[in-house]
Amino acid sequence: MNFKLKDIVPQLITVLAVIFIFGFFTYNAQINMENRGIDFGYGFLSQESSFDVQFSLIEYDGSHSYFRAYLVGLLNTILVSVIGIIIATILGVIVGVARLSPNYLINKFAAFYVEFFRNIPLLLQIFFWYFAALRALPLPQNAEAIFGVFFLTIKGLYVPAFIWQNLSIFLYSIIAAVLAIVIIRIHAKKVQENQGKQIPVFYISLGLLFILPLLSFFIGGVSLSFEVPVLKQLATTSFIYEGGVSLPPELIALTLSLSLYTATFIAECVRAGIQGVSKGQKEAAASIGLTPNQVLKLVIMPQALRIIIPPTTNQYLNLTKNSSLAAAIAYPDLVLVFAGTALMQTGKAIEIVSITMFTYLTLSISISILMNWYNKRIAIQEK
Amino acid sequence: MFKYLKQLTSLVAMVAVLFTFTTESMAAKKSKTLKNTQKKGFVRCGVSQGLPGFSNADAAGNWTGIDVDVCRAVAAAVLGDANKVKFTPLSAKERFTALTSGEIDILSRNTTWTLSRDADIGLTFVGVNFYDGQGFMVRKSSGITSTSQFKDGISACTNIGTTTELNMRDFFNSKGIKYEPVAFEKADEVVAAYDAGRCDTYTTDKSGLAAQRTKMSNPDEHIVLPETVSKEPLGPVVRQGDSVWEDIVRWSLNTMIEAEEYGITSSNADMMKTSDNPAIKRLVGAEGELGAAFGLDNDWSLRIIKQVGNYGESYKRNIADTGILPDRGPNELWTKGGILYVPPAR
Repeated sequence: MNFKLKDIVPQLITVLAVIFIFGFFTYNAQINMENRGIDFGYGFLSQESSFDVQFSLIEYDGSHSYFRAYLVGLLNTILVSVIGIIIATILGVIVGVARLSPNYLINKFAAFYVEFFRNIPLLLQIFFWYFAALRALPLPQNAEAIFGVFFLTIKGLYVPAFIWQNLSIFLYSIIAAVLAIVIIRIHAKKVQENQGKQIPVFYISLGLLFILPLLSFFIGGVSLSFEVPVLKQLATTSFIYEGGVSLPPELIALTLSLSLYTATFIAECVRAGIQGVSKGQKEAAASIGLTPNQVLKLVIMPQALRIIIPPTTNQYLNLTKNSSLAAAIAYPDLVLVFAGTALMQTGKAIEIVSITMFTYLTLSISISILMNWYNKRIAIQEK
Repeated sequence: MFKYLKQLTSLVAMVAVLFTFTTESMAAKKSKTLKNTQKKGFVRCGVSQGLPGFSNADAAGNWTGIDVDVCRAVAAAVLGDANKVKFTPLSAKERFTALTSGEIDILSRNTTWTLSRDADIGLTFVGVNFYDGQGFMVRKSSGITSTSQFKDGISACTNIGTTTELNMRDFFNSKGIKYEPVAFEKADEVVAAYDAGRCDTYTTDKSGLAAQRTKMSNPDEHIVLPETVSKEPLGPVVRQGDSVWEDIVRWSLNTMIEAEEYGITSSNADMMKTSDNPAIKRLVGAEGELGAAFGLDNDWSLRIIKQVGNYGESYKRNIADTGILPDRGPNELWTKGGILYVPPAR
C-alpha cells in the first residue's frame, strides 16, 4: 500500500464538500419547514387522493391512494416513452437510410425532414400538434369513418375494442411459435456450421408465427369479435363515441411530436453508423459472392450497429425525459399527475419532487443498462 | 458545529433584541417580512398569469384587478406608495411553493381558503376579498341550460392544482355521472382547448368563467350555467409564522371594505378628517393610534383609501366596468344585502 498524501487529500476534500453541501441544504430545509409548521413525511402516499385522472392504464379514481395516482402517472410516462421509442426508431432508421439513398428526391426529402424537425423546439412542436392540429380535426358528429371503424375526432381517436374468447389459448400459441422459432434458429446455425447448408429461417419463422395462432382459432376455440364505437348524443351539438377504445388526443399529440422530433436525431445516428463502415468492407463482401442483402445483413449492419447504439441510447433517454413536457397539454404523465396535482393537493413539495426525480433517474438508468447490455452483445468479441 | 452556530445566532439575536428595544417599535422588530419589505422598498406580490378583473397585466406591464389592489393597499400602508409592488405571475401549481419558499410575501391570486391549505402547508389566509363558487360554462349551441342535463361521457376542461379539480369529482360523483377530466397547467391552455371543442364544458370559479369568457374567440357563443356547485371564498394568503405581517395584510383589506361601508372614497378621504363620526376619523387617521400596533404611522389607512380607493371603487373599476360581473351578488356590503362584513377598525 503506498497511498500518497497528494492523492488522498483532494478526494477527501471533495467528499467532505459534497457532504457539507448536502448537509447544509437538508439542515436549511428542516429549519425553514419547522418555522412554517410544515411536516415532512411520506405518510400522505396512503391517503385518499380524491382527484380523478383522465387516462389510466390501471383501475383508478379519486377513492384510491396517492400512491396509486403515482403509479398511474408513472405507467402513462412509460407508455408514451415506449411507443415513442418504437416509432422514433423505425422512422429514424428509414430516414437515416433514405438520406444515403442515391435517389435525389428521397435523399433531399429525408434531409429536409431532419433539418426541419430537429431545429424547432420540442415544446413548440407539441403545442403545434396539440392545438393547431387539434382544431383542424372534426367534431365527433362530423367525423368520417376510416376503414369504417376508426374515428379521428377532436375528442380523440376511437378504435374498435377486441373481444376475445379463450384469449389464453391464443397467447399460448404465440409463445409456442416463439419457442419453435428459437429451436429452429439454433438448429439452423448448427446445420450451417457443420454442413454449410443454409435453411431459410426467416420464412419458416414468419410462417410459424402466422400459422400457429391461426390454428388456435380453428382448433383451440379462440374467437375474436370487434366492438365498433358508436356515436352517442350528449346534448344538441355535443357528441362522443361509445364502446371501443378511445385514445385521447393528448396522447396522440405527445407521441407524435416526441417521435417525429427524436427520429431526426436517430436518423443522423443511423447515417453516421452506416457511413462509418469503410467502403472496402462492402466491396470485399461483394467480391466473395455475397448478395447485396447478405452484404447489408452480415457485413455492414453488425459493424454499423456498434457506432449507432451508444448515441441512440442517449436519444432514448432524451425522449423519456422530454415526455415530461406532457404537462403542457394535459396528458396525465408522472409530472402532471404526481408532481402537479398531487403536489398541489398535499403541499408536500420536497417529498413529491424527490420521489419524481428518483423515478426519472431509475427509468433512465434502466434504459441505459438495457442498451449497454445490447451494446456489449454486438461489440467485437476479442479472443 | 450547527448546534453551536444556532446557539451563537440566538445569542446574537437576543443581544440585538435588547439593544434595539428602545429604538424600534415592537412590531417592526417582530416582523421580519415587514422589515425586509421596508428595506427593499417594494412589496413582493404573487398574482395570476392573467385573469381579467382579478390580476391582469396590460401590454405595458401594468397590473390591474381586485387581487392586485390588495397588494397595492399593503404597499400604500407600508411604503407610502401603492405603486411600489413587484408582481410575480404564478400558475396554480407554483403559487404555494413560491410563498412558503419566501419568493413572494403576499399571495393574492384568487386562491380558495380551505382548511387543509390553511392548517397543513405553512400558509395563513388573512381574509376574503371575493366570495365565489364553482360553475360550468358550455357552448350555447349545445342546448344545455342546467347541469342536470349533463350525461355520461361528458368531458370537462379545468386547471390542475385547484380546488376545482376536487369539487368536480365530488359534483359528478354525487350525480352519478361518468366524466372525462382534462386538466391543464395553465389557464390559457384550458381556454384554448375548450374553445377548440376538446371539452363539452369548462369548469372553474364563476368569476374565472366570466373573466375567461372575454378571452374566447367568440364570447357570445358560451354561457355560464346558473348552478353553483361549491363555496370558493377567495382571498390573500401569507406565510405562516409572521403574525404582524399577517395583521398588516388583513387590515389593509379590511380598511378598503370598511371605507366603503362609511362612504369614504379616494376623492373625499381628506375631507373626511373633519367628520363627526369617530369611526370615520379613525379610518382616515384623524383619531386614535391604530397604525402603531403594526409599527406603521397613523396615516397608513388614509394612504390606502387615497391611493387605491375603497373596495367598492376597486370592484367597480376592475370587475363591474370591465363587464365581467356587473352584479356584485354576495360581494356587496352586509348593509346592502351582501355578505361583506369586516371587524371594526378600532
